[in-house]
Formats: sequence, structure tokens, C-alpha cells
Amino acid sequence: MRFAFKTSYEQDTNMFRDRIDASWYLLLAAAVLVLPAVLPVYYVGETTWVFIYAITGVSLMVLVGYTGLVSLGHAAFLGIGAYAHAYFLSHGLPWVVSAGLAIFLTTACGLVVGLPALRMTGIYLAIATLAFSVIIQEVFSRWESVTHGLSGMPVGKAVIFGVSFADDRAFYYLCLGFLVLALWLTRNLLRAPTGRAWIAIRDSEIAAQSMGVNLAIYKSMAFAYSAGLMGLAGVLFAHKIAFLAPDIFTILLSIQLLLLVIVGGLGSLHGAVFGAIFVALLPPVIAILRDSIPASFHDVATASGIAPLAWLGDAIGNFLKKPGVEAGIFGLILVTVILVEPLGMYGRWVKLRIFFSTFPMYKRATFKRQRTYMKTERLR
Amino acid sequence: MRLPGRGRKLDIFLQLTLNGLAVGCIYGLVALGFVLIYKATELVNFAQGDLLMLGAFVCYMAVVWWGLDYWLAFLIAILAIAAFGALLDRFLLRRVIGQPQFAVVMLTIGLGAIFRTFASVTWGSEIYTLPTPFGGVSQIAGVTLSHQYVSIIVGTLILCAVLYGFFNHTRVGVAMQATSQNQLAAYYMGIPVKRIFSMIWAISAGVATAAGVLLAPVTLIDINMGLAVALKAFAAAVLGGFGSIPGALVGGIVIGLIELYAGRTLPDGFKDTAPYIVLLIMLVVRPQGLFGTPGRKKV
Repeated sequence: MRFAFKTSYEQDTNMFRDRIDASWYLLLAAAVLVLPAVLPVYYVGETTWVFIYAITGVSLMVLVGYTGLVSLGHAAFLGIGAYAHAYFLSHGLPWVVSAGLAIFLTTACGLVVGLPALRMTGIYLAIATLAFSVIIQEVFSRWESVTHGLSGMPVGKAVIFGVSFADDRAFYYLCLGFLVLALWLTRNLLRAPTGRAWIAIRDSEIAAQSMGVNLAIYKSMAFAYSAGLMGLAGVLFAHKIAFLAPDIFTILLSIQLLLLVIVGGLGSLHGAVFGAIFVALLPPVIAILRDSIPASFHDVATASGIAPLAWLGDAIGNFLKKPGVEAGIFGLILVTVILVEPLGMYGRWVKLRIFFSTFPMYKRATFKRQRTYMKTERLR
Repeated sequence: MRLPGRGRKLDIFLQLTLNGLAVGCIYGLVALGFVLIYKATELVNFAQGDLLMLGAFVCYMAVVWWGLDYWLAFLIAILAIAAFGALLDRFLLRRVIGQPQFAVVMLTIGLGAIFRTFASVTWGSEIYTLPTPFGGVSQIAGVTLSHQYVSIIVGTLILCAVLYGFFNHTRVGVAMQATSQNQLAAYYMGIPVKRIFSMIWAISAGVATAAGVLLAPVTLIDINMGLAVALKAFAAAVLGGFGSIPGALVGGIVIGLIELYAGRTLPDGFKDTAPYIVLLIMLVVRPQGLFGTPGRKKV
């Protein structure tokens, strides 16, 4: 069992909790670096999706998990980043300039959306961002000179300073690099006064304001930063998906991004990465199960001689093949997580860790939630 | 003498107004469902549109599969979905009261996704037509009145009158109002707050079903019919000021009219975005909505 014995206040704002933590992260970094050498190319591609989703997760985590502002329209920022990058690239700008401009543009859009958002909270903000994303989606499909409208827009491979990232393994390292950059930046912001101000706003606007936090500045900063990260994710997303169409960036994608941060665990950067692993890997897992479940049930049925098992396997396989089932599975997981574990996968992970580190002494009551029945959000 | 061109324009205008009113009534009814639940339990039910979809499907099943009379099927659908709404509250949503609003929104979004999958597995993902007694059209002063649209408006009026009477002139309705205003005080007065919540969910789900069945002949029934309506209705509820019942209806009608006028007069693409543009402007100018009251917590 480890005790965090702190001797100065600065230790509270360290990048890592202690050396043991830091060495674990070092180990993780080594594992992620050698992964492409071990995995088949298909899985390297899927892991790249995890990194891109993790960047979007970090972006939304800053806004939703740390500042407490809910956005139902973040797919629009992803789309703006992706389309802007594709447009600039097609006009012959170098990669770095194009990506930089795309991120700058997305940040500016975030600032513009964030300004009216200063006066709104909760559900009003959610609907305002939703309205914004519906309008932006219409712009994507109508502004044909830039976005090529409904016919879609192809995006080439990334070439940075003459180095091509066309290979899946090379692109993996590019996305990994940007994810680490995003995590490092965000972690630094979060352990600085900015991050503390965001968290204060999340927990109580009134209290934060009384302590001298300028709501307008910090809220718009959160919005702009979150949008900028989304722009970065959009740049990588454009290369990964290789073909942009307006119907990618719908409200359903926004909801999926929110699902990512909730399932991962609100209010932790770990949660953003856990959620990304979940969201990016669930569809391939379902696809694998769709074929393997009937086959394995058939094997068991022939081996054991119980015929209904084969029938059951076919039924499950057919059910998974129906259109729209994937969305239902996502919904079911979302509902279960919110009802059973509101802290998400990261919360479960913390509980597991504490269970082992305090082994015989673990008490369930440590994490007992206090219910706040009378805390109204109508006047917050 | 009336110019022919001008007369035609007026006719088109009246026609658009009628259709806009009808579509707006649907948005208003769904928004009403949002507001009823929000006022009482402070939960925002994003699955309202999917309850509408389920209601329309149940009615379709009763009419086409079982061969029941339209009105009987209408009643069965309302009762079935209302009971379902009460059960949802009893077993799922009651457990999340007091959790952050955002978590509840996501919970109901998840429920909506489950309902859509359920519908597509049970009824298939085709588009269905519900046979109704309102097939015809009539001409009044040169304006073509489609009975489908008129039935929506009349149905909404009847429903609103019934709800108004219920909330103001029955013991249960007054108890519901009391619970919405102050749960604790209502509880001290002997009102069974939990049961009232379930009943409000039932009413809200029933209203959504009514809206779905009325809307069915216009948009046809498919598994995604609820989502589009719910998003617009949500905008309507916010436009009217979340938490105001007349605001929800007015907001719905405003959104419906804007949608139809914009679709007619503005270039392509504005039909779906104009309501949201108006909503954004509205939220910037008056963040609490048309009928909402600005509130700030006192310390």
C-alpha cells in the first residue's frame, strides 16, 4: 500500500503523482511504441482510430468534464477542422500551414459559439450548440465551391516536410504524437490556475465568481481550447477517413463523442482515453462477434449434441446482423453506465486499484455516493 | 378587382399557414411533454420523440395487423405508451433524480437509441402508412384544406383543453401543479410525490403518442420519425422558455410556421436550418426564452 505523503503544496500540481506513477507511464509509452511492430496492419489502423477519438475525447473532456459546459454539437467542430484542412491542402498549402490554419479557424469558431454561450447554462447551452451543428452541417452540404457538397471531398495522405505518412504504421506514429501533445498540453493547463478555474466553474458558478474567477474569460477559453483540439482531431480524421461527406458530422456523431466521455469517466483525462478505446473498438468487436458467435455455438452444439445451442447461436448472429442494432448496443451500454457506474470506466478502474492496494481492508462505503435530492439546476 | 396573381399568393400564404400551424402543433405537443416532465422532476427527456415513434407504431399495429377501428387503436396506443412511460419512471428514471442534468439527458438519449433498435427489430425498417378516416380535402374560399392537417390542429386543441381542465379542476391535477412548484412542501401536504411523478410521465408519454398518431398520415411511420420531430420540439421548448407550458405550445407553432415559410420563400436548405437560426438569435438576445423568467441563485 502506497501513501501519498506530500511535503509541499507544489506536489499537488506535479505532472505525475510520484515516480512510481511516472515509471508506469514510461512503460505504457514503450508498449505503445512497439505495438505497430507486433500487430497486423488492420489492427494498427483500428488503434489509430483510438488515438483520434482520444483527441476528441480530451477536447470534450475539457469542456464537459472539467468546465461543466455541455455541447451537443461538437461534431461540427470536428467537421470544420476536417473540411478546412482538406480545402487548404487541395489549394496546395504545405501540411503544417494547412493544419495550423484549420486549427486556428476551428478555435475562432469555438470562440464565436462560446460568446453567446456565456449567458446560457445547462440545457439552453446544449440546444444552442445543437442548433449550431445543424446549421454547420447544412453549410457543409450547400457550400459546394469549398466542400464539394453532397458529392463529397477526397483527402490525400499526409505529407509533412517531404516525409510521407501514407503508410498505416507511419500514420499511427503521427496520431500518437499528436495525442501525446494534446494530453501534455491539457494536463499542463489543468494543473495550472486555468484548470482550477474551470473546475471551480463546473462545481459552482456562484462560488467561482465569488472567488474572483472571471466567468466570461474562462468559459470562452474552455470553449476555444476545446474547439481547437477538435480541429486538430478533425485534421487527422480527414486523413484517416480519406473521404469527407456532410452526413458524417451529424448529431449522432456528437452524441457518440459525448458517450465517449461518459463511458470513459467524466472529469479525468484517463477517462477520455478509456472512452476512446471503447468507442473505437466496439464496432469491430461487434463485427467479429457477428461471425464468430454462430460458428462457435455450432461447434459446441455438435460436440455436446445439444441441437438448440446451434439454433440459439444463429438467432444471436441474425440479431446482430440487423441494421441499427449497433446503435442499440451503444444505447444499452450508455444507460447501464449511467445507472450503475456514473464515474465510468475510469471510476471502475480506480475502485479496482484501491481494492488491490488496500487489499483486505477495502470498504464499499469509500465510494458511496451522496444523493443530492434538493440540488436544483433551475437556478444555478 | 382582385388580381389573379395576388389572389394566388394569398391562397398559398394561407395554405402555408395552415400546414405550418399543424406541424407546429405537433412540435408543441412534444415540447409540452418535455416541459411537463421537466417542471415536475427536472429531468430532460430526450426520448420523447422515440416515445412518439413507438406510439405511432403501436397504433399502426392495432389498425393494420389486428384490424381494429382507428379510434380504438388510437386509445390503445395512448394507454399502452402511457403505461410504458410510467414504468420507465418507476424503474429507471427515478434512480437518477438528483444526478447532474447532463447525465440524465444522456441516459434518455441512450434509451431513445434502444427504442429505435427495438422498433427496427420488431417492426422492420420500412416506411408504413397508417390508414386514417381523414383522407379527404375540402375547398373553403379557394383554400384547399387537407383534412389530415385540420385533424392535427383540432386534435391539439382538444388535447390542450382536456389537459387544461385536468390540471386546474381535478384534485390530481392540482396536486401535480403543487409537486412541480415545490416537491418537499407537496410531500408534507400528503401528496404521494413518487406516484405523481409516474403519472406525469404517463401523461407526457400519452401526449407524445397522440402527437405521433396525428402526425403519422403526414410524415408516414418509420423508426426515425421521432428523432427529427424531437429535435425541433426541443428547440420549441427552449424558444418558449423551458418550463412554461403555454411557452412550449407557442414555441412549437412559431417553429412550425418559420419552417414552412422559410421552405417556401428562402433558398434550398433553409427549411431545416431557419428554425435553428431563429433559435440561436433568440437565445443570444433573450437566453431565458419567450416565456421564461431569468433566475439567479441567491447566496
